[in-house]
Amino acid sequence: MKADSGTRLVDVDHLTKAFGSVAAVNGVSFHVNRGEVLGFLGPNGAGKSTTMKMITGYLSPTSGTARIGGADVRTQPRAVKARIGYLPEGAPLYGDMTPEAYLDFSAQVRGLDGEQRKRRVEEVIKQLQLNEVLRRRIETLSKGFKRRLGLAQALVHDPEVLILDEPTDGLDPNQKHAVRQLINEIKPNKAIVISTHLLEEVDAICDRAIIIDHGVLVGEGTPAELRARAENHNAVAIQLPTHIGPKAAKIIAAMPQIERVVPTAHGAMMHLTAYPKGHEFAADIVAAKLRADGIEFQELHTEAGRLDLVFRQLTIQRQNA
Amino acid sequence: MRIMFIIARRELAAYFSTPLAYVFLVTYAAAAGAMTFYVGGFFSRRQADLATFFTFQPWLFLALIPAIGMRLWAEERRTGTIEILMTMPVSTWEAVAGKFLAGWAFTGLALLLTTPIWFTVNYLGSPDNGVIFASYVASFLMAGALLALASCLSALTRNQVIAFVISIAACGLMMVGGADIVIATLRKVAPGVIVDFVASSSFLSHFGTITNGVLDLRDMLFFLSFIGLCLFINGQIIEIKKGA
Repeated sequence: MKADSGTRLVDVDHLTKAFGSVAAVNGVSFHVNRGEVLGFLGPNGAGKSTTMKMITGYLSPTSGTARIGGADVRTQPRAVKARIGYLPEGAPLYGDMTPEAYLDFSAQVRGLDGEQRKRRVEEVIKQLQLNEVLRRRIETLSKGFKRRLGLAQALVHDPEVLILDEPTDGLDPNQKHAVRQLINEIKPNKAIVISTHLLEEVDAICDRAIIIDHGVLVGEGTPAELRARAENHNAVAIQLPTHIGPKAAKIIAAMPQIERVVPTAHGAMMHLTAYPKGHEFAADIVAAKLRADGIEFQELHTEAGRLDLVFRQLTIQRQNA
Repeated sequence: MRIMFIIARRELAAYFSTPLAYVFLVTYAAAAGAMTFYVGGFFSRRQADLATFFTFQPWLFLALIPAIGMRLWAEERRTGTIEILMTMPVSTWEAVAGKFLAGWAFTGLALLLTTPIWFTVNYLGSPDNGVIFASYVASFLMAGALLALASCLSALTRNQVIAFVISIAACGLMMVGGADIVIATLRKVAPGVIVDFVASSSFLSHFGTITNGVLDLRDMLFFLSFIGLCLFINGQIIEIKKGA
């Protein structure tokens, strides 16, 4: 089967959920194509999990809808559910079962039979390295195994769409890496939505990211595009000995292309951050100017922009309001 | 249908994954025996029947069925697995019916464990086996009705203890609805239609008719439709909570 990339598999259309008079999710729209991993970011309580619960048909939307491969979750919930693999918040599991029985049960409910079922269950066991715990009671497993078992359950029927609510939460760095690698391996044929707090994860696996806050979409773009919105995007970071720091700061601040310079002292070293006007690239001219004026700096580089700054810029004003 | 049985099988296995199932079965079998032989005076009655056994059956059920029903939905809510179950391609009625069937099969097994008493009475004399069979059918139907009620109430909460307590209260009400004391009190405050309705929906009177040897279709239908009603409401509760 040829990967038909570019097909819109997830189409979230003005999804809204009100609990009483509070809108937990308010008119959120986005889409995910085949072969794409979308990072779903936002502070705790922003509405990420509620949105995912609506996409997967666990909660009914107050208004708006989600379409999975063309099937509308409001009118064709069964078709939607059959196409989705879902890891809910906190990776809930039947604690009284064994991983083996649990995966077999999931595969059965998903309509897999006989050889095919056996093969798929074995495959996800291998993919998520669950071999050593197959016959233990789920409630006795470590957090890492539980999370991976939850992922195995979401993958067992090889769905086109994966909705994963914090898939790497509770995993150690090696396990996180393994899960990210797995997601990269399977993504060509799937549309994947991942909610996360970890901005490094966005860089590691996401093609695009959306940020929501208080139930409203506040940002969207590729990681690079989002970074460009950071306050420190294209800022020039300079490291130099403390005694020449103030002089250098004065020279740079006087340049017409530079908006302001922020110095921070680190013992014998001083760190200057120069913010160019309009986030224009300015490292070359700053370097040339300093050299021309005989200032010897140890290091000079351009900041790409930090995702966490963008995240805070986009989500903090409303919190303070 | 297929999915309903897959769910029922998982649920039934869940009962046996903890010691609770065995404790339950042993307690039930022991209590049923003790009630029959000691409290009911099985031997001193010198009659070859199981009337005493079936007299105590409703009261044993009252204590034990809510214990079987309480976990059906409350546990799923508490652990969050309901989110897994209801986002699989499973309809609400398949989940409701599957879970109920598992619990009902479990009570059926408990009843089956009391059959040595049936053999005993046949060994000691010649009872009317037709009546005993009808009584077993009635017991199974009543257990189903109580379980359906408990399952429905279990869907309202994430706390098994609360589910257990309100189930006992509700099952008790359904049981004694036809008792003279209830009817007499009700007659003073409610119109005749309601009094008749309450009196006619009493579990004990329907159960009593059958155990007296009349396997009337109406009594069987009563229990079956009560099960249907409770499971319907059970499904509605699940659906309503989805929209909340």
